[in-house]
Amino acid sequence: MALLQISEPGLSPEPHQQRLAVGIDLGTTHSLVATVRSSAAEVIPDERGRPLLPSVVRYGPDGVREIGYEARNAQADDPGNTIVSVKRFMGRGVADVAKFGALPYHFIDAPGMVAIETAAGIRSPVQVSADILRALRVRAEAALGGPLFGAVVTVPAYFDDAQRQATKDAARLAGLNVLRLLNEPTAAAIAYGLDHSSEGTFAVFDLGGGTFDISILKLTRGVFEVLATNGDSALGGDDFDQAIAAHWRSHHGLADASGRDTRRLLATAREIKELLSTQERADAQVTLSLGQHLHLGLTRAEFEELTAGLVQKTLAPTRKALRDAGLKPEDIDGVVLVGGATRMPHLARAVEAHFSKPPLKDLDPDAVVALGAAMQANVLAGNRVGEEWLLLDVIALSLGLETMGGLVERVIPRNSTIPVARAQEFTTFKDGQTAMAIHVVQGERELVADCRSLARFELRGIPPMVAGAARIAVTFQVDADGLLRVSAREKTTGVEASVVVKPSYGLSDDEVARMLQEGFAHAGDDRDARAFAEACVEADGLVAALRAALAKDGDLLGSDRESIDRRMAELQAAREGGDHRAVKAASTALNDASERFAGRRMDRAVSLALAGRRIDEIATR
Amino acid sequence: MNADFSRNHFELLGLAVAFAIDGARLEQGYRELQSQVHPDRFAAGSDSERRVAMQWATRANEAYRTLRDPVARARYILALKGFDTGEETNTAMPPDFLMQQMEWREGVAGARASGDAAALAALREAIGEDRGRMQSQLGRALDADANYDAGCSLVRKLRFLDKIEEEIDTALEAMHA
Repeated sequence: MALLQISEPGLSPEPHQQRLAVGIDLGTTHSLVATVRSSAAEVIPDERGRPLLPSVVRYGPDGVREIGYEARNAQADDPGNTIVSVKRFMGRGVADVAKFGALPYHFIDAPGMVAIETAAGIRSPVQVSADILRALRVRAEAALGGPLFGAVVTVPAYFDDAQRQATKDAARLAGLNVLRLLNEPTAAAIAYGLDHSSEGTFAVFDLGGGTFDISILKLTRGVFEVLATNGDSALGGDDFDQAIAAHWRSHHGLADASGRDTRRLLATAREIKELLSTQERADAQVTLSLGQHLHLGLTRAEFEELTAGLVQKTLAPTRKALRDAGLKPEDIDGVVLVGGATRMPHLARAVEAHFSKPPLKDLDPDAVVALGAAMQANVLAGNRVGEEWLLLDVIALSLGLETMGGLVERVIPRNSTIPVARAQEFTTFKDGQTAMAIHVVQGERELVADCRSLARFELRGIPPMVAGAARIAVTFQVDADGLLRVSAREKTTGVEASVVVKPSYGLSDDEVARMLQEGFAHAGDDRDARAFAEACVEADGLVAALRAALAKDGDLLGSDRESIDRRMAELQAAREGGDHRAVKAASTALNDASERFAGRRMDRAVSLALAGRRIDEIATR
Repeated sequence: MNADFSRNHFELLGLAVAFAIDGARLEQGYRELQSQVHPDRFAAGSDSERRVAMQWATRANEAYRTLRDPVARARYILALKGFDTGEETNTAMPPDFLMQQMEWREGVAGARASGDAAALAALREAIGEDRGRMQSQLGRALDADANYDAGCSLVRKLRFLDKIEEEIDTALEAMHA
């Protein structure tokens, strides 16, 4: 039997290898990928030196697929097949997207989430987002020279479970190992806090293309603690474009504009809006599809009047976040502006008036989220051992269950620090009731109808009892990505029935595997070679983690030594065999074999932390 | 589950079991524990490490949340001593306390109806003062007198204050919206 090697405590068992890790800001309007190179975060530009990738995908006939600038340039000519602002459709149903105003798409009411009919077939927002993410992954791998170990993908803090799950599915579909879903304002706070070595309480005001977040954070040396967050996941720069376009439509009698003209008006509105950030008046000429020439102009004053209501809409969430944090505007040491839409002067003025201090905007509001995500990815990949920071984030929206009368029973309140678990007991309503319908919802309202429905499942096999005698424990667990799992169990009779649900928008692992295969077939990628390379990256990560753990706590192994040793040798053998399935299976086996060891190590870490504290206390007395 | 969850919340955060706690030390204990067990420390680790980390970090958050809030802390101490505060079942309250409650509730309803935010804020402050008094009594009952029945009764009363404060906050929020 081969002996395990154990190195000296505190010393890395092998020369420290940097793992390739990136941060991705998957934005409504555009997306970015960034990484940390020689200890500084930087955006990775495309081969023509452009940092941004417009979040636009065109699915043309004959399998044409364009992503980014090409697609954006085609949007006015091929509006129905050119998907812009897909982030707004993630995890949303037909009724939700109807609220976004006139859009030139043919929406399909697919189960769980809308889909869009294109010339290349039906595309779910998850697939469209995956195409954007894949383009960024390919860009990063080309620039960094190898397969990525993992990525941190950012989401609006106010994204609910369905939107988060959809984002994670898209990342998996794009072949990314998701190290963490990170809230956008938190990512911005990391970039800002580390750049300025700031301490104190900060508000991050993040208005992007389609979403609004406000987060209140406490920054102390090495700790980023989110105190409260609020927002509106359907409010962003796009709404300002819509307001301008709606104004022109009514002014020029274009109520029945075609899809093409709708898209043209929106694109022009966007240009005018951006110009008005630096000038007092902007003008454009547009030719509509029926040959009608339009002169479209707007002054800044008119624009500000048209959109004053939208600016006001950001202030109610801001007040709520402050209140939940138990703070007043004057308690805030600094306000950081994030997102392209915060370039609008009247918005910046409103923020300044609310907090009575000029906001900080010295970091590029377009790049700051991706840079913070890259810094976090670098830490999560284990590239900064000994100089990590601690990130304590919260869940922005309350989670609950439907009870009698369509009322919501809150199980996890908003602004709970994650990960969080909470169990609540329920009972039966009728004598002899053997099943219970469990409906999981998210939101702040008291009526189920006003909250977002996340999942429904049934607990069956409850032994027949008189009404009120059964004890059903429903457990909610939210992980560090802000994703929820729910399980239910009947306790009184010892009969257990338990089920774990993923929210209804989540794709099963099989579905992801199938879609991945289709994707590779389409891209002409060498699927097996890529899968093998990925499995090896994962396996090497696992072995490295385990070796480091063994070096530190090898004495805790006990009787598991032999099985871990054997599994590790098997994984090594599988790695040489060249079959990705064998590598994956061996990785899983090694993982399982090391479960008890992981538990013992954590117990030791906790005990040491407690012991260390006691010694400190004695020393200071 | 492998994790050793036998420690109580106080032990986990390095504190003695008592109602009176040092807030700075609580926060420090919480952060030290999280810096050991948070899933971010194991994002590149094995699945089993990530699972264990999530369980521990969840546990640390629960301990911190419970001990940070005075009423939750008192309820937890009482549970450790084997006392159930009976907040759902025992609603018997002394008449003078109930009178005070009714007075406050009428005050809230009146201020809400007339949109008087200043009156609501003043009520919030008055209730806050009462809360402060009750919490000192709670500290004495739990730490000095070991009078757990009195502790249970105070927790039940404070629960009433929680509810009325929540009502005021909701009303204030509605006025701003």
